[in-house]
Amino acid sequence: MPVKTVKLNKGDVLIDMRDIHKTYIMGDEEVHANDGVTLQIRMGEFVSIVGKSGSGKSTLMNIIGALDVPTSGEYLLGGEDVGLMTENELADIRNRMIGFVFQQYNLLPKLDLLENVELPLLYAHMDLEERKERAMHQLERVGLASKAHNMPNQLSGGQQQRVSIARALAGNPSLLLADEPTGALDSKTSRQILNFFRKLNDEGNTIVMITHDNSIAVEARRVVRITDGKINFDGDTEKYAAVVEARH
Amino acid sequence: MLQSLKLAIKSIWSNKMRSFLTMLGIVIGVASVIILVSLVNGYMSYMMESFTSMGTNQISVRLTNLTSRHATVEQMYSFYNEHTDIFSQMTPQITVSATLKNGSDSLTDTSVSGVSEQYIDMKAYKLVSGRFISYSDLMGKQKVCVLGYYPAQKFFETPEKAVGQIVKINGYAYTVIGAVERQDTTTLEAGGTDDFCYLPYTTAVKLSRTGIPSSYTFATVDTTVTTDAVDLLTTFLTGIYRNTDLFHITAMSEMLDSLNSMISKMSLMLGGIAGISLLVAGVGVMNIMLVSVTERTKEIGIRKALGARPGVIMQQFVMEALLTSMIGGVIGIVLGSVLSNVVGAAMGISAPPTPIAVIVSFSVSVVIGLVFGYMPAKRAASLNPIDALRTE
Repeated sequence: MPVKTVKLNKGDVLIDMRDIHKTYIMGDEEVHANDGVTLQIRMGEFVSIVGKSGSGKSTLMNIIGALDVPTSGEYLLGGEDVGLMTENELADIRNRMIGFVFQQYNLLPKLDLLENVELPLLYAHMDLEERKERAMHQLERVGLASKAHNMPNQLSGGQQQRVSIARALAGNPSLLLADEPTGALDSKTSRQILNFFRKLNDEGNTIVMITHDNSIAVEARRVVRITDGKINFDGDTEKYAAVVEARH
Repeated sequence: MLQSLKLAIKSIWSNKMRSFLTMLGIVIGVASVIILVSLVNGYMSYMMESFTSMGTNQISVRLTNLTSRHATVEQMYSFYNEHTDIFSQMTPQITVSATLKNGSDSLTDTSVSGVSEQYIDMKAYKLVSGRFISYSDLMGKQKVCVLGYYPAQKFFETPEKAVGQIVKINGYAYTVIGAVERQDTTTLEAGGTDDFCYLPYTTAVKLSRTGIPSSYTFATVDTTVTTDAVDLLTTFLTGIYRNTDLFHITAMSEMLDSLNSMISKMSLMLGGIAGISLLVAGVGVMNIMLVSVTERTKEIGIRKALGARPGVIMQQFVMEALLTSMIGGVIGIVLGSVLSNVVGAAMGISAPPTPIAVIVSFSVSVVIGLVFGYMPAKRAASLNPIDALRTE
């Protein structure tokens, strides 16, 4: 049952969403969190999805991240239909194709940094030696190799976020999916993280960043704005900056 | 699998206090099952031993002799001689209430009884000095006696010195011809196991008030013929007494049977009570595992987001519960084995832990780990990663 591995190249369509709806029942009311979202993201892009709280951006992120499946519509991730997947297949595709970066870092407090970075590799059944080596390499990449055996709580917020980026990159995923990655950081540290994202993007990584903050959103190269479950802006950053500017 | 084991060890180790308390329930449960079952077993084999030493092939007969109707020793012996295919030994037993004297020393609690020459073999006693009552002593109604260890030592310091000495029984002089080996190694006291004196039954009848032996002990060739032997005796004695209330026949093997069934019922009951404590321990394991799942909801969410399949999460938690109860089980077995030996020694019986109790209680603790770990693990595995990530 292992999901087939498709080699994707820069410019290939990675995320292909067609008329995605996600409906929740809250009491007697139906809530349309996503109401007909159609979106394509290609390999090598750096996209921010921006929206206010309650706009449906978190629901969209959950669907993109294969944490949730749409009520209707079609979502192809690397050509595979996520809507048809079983729990196990969803777990496998998350493991193989997506690296998550969370607002609260979400490192496991009882594991040291190296073990934290190893986790996705562990679930990919990689053997111990290769796992250690690759995890160490990722820690080097974020400049924290010297703290490999420290515990997460011995680190600053910015450092923890770098570890979580290392963890997200460890499995060499097609997509780096960041949910408010700077939400818990001060502006200076936020800047460092965003610069790091840009560097990663320059190296060819596809990044989707969810944020409520326009000033963060414009750090990406393309902006998708979502309001009331619908996309009402999709274009490059310069155009978005102009739209935001015009409103003030 | 190996990975889940490592994770489980890590989790148990990082919650030492909690894991210890969870295990404690299992430890106590397993230990109590082992202690109770071992003690009951030890006690049972102790009882069996003492019964066997009395002779499981023996049948005792008590008679109520009336002047008009009674069984004489001669009648009993001729009955015995007719049925040597079933009976191997027989002795009349006359209990005499008597005082033993040696000069100014006297013993009043000594059980004095008149027996036949076969009695010592039926009792499986050994002599430390001298000889036992012989057939010619019986025929010649000799005034001889065999002393138990207590009176021999009391009167003559050692059983060896006793042989050839004179003891006065209710005023009559008896020559000591032998002394029996010490039976009770822990206590030696007046009226105890070793305080007895045997006379030829032919001599003893003169000391007794009735003049006719009122109790006999038969030994059968084999325990399998016990029922036939009891039937034969009943028919024979009914012929003489014409009333079944005037005699009473007790087969040792029957008593042994009822003792056995009583003990095994008791063992089952005590084992059951101890089993309940194991069950309670299992509920404890489930409780802690549920707490553990709730507490680690966020962790489960993170693991799932990183690509852990539900089965892997499930395995992790089942493994943790299993390992907890297995460690508890092993500690319980060690503790139970040590304690059952200690308590057994204190009770003066040998109570080694029975393999069955060890195997059963260990497997029960494993099953408890699996069964009571399953539900919390199932809950962990089925957590929605989005909700799990959102909890703090």
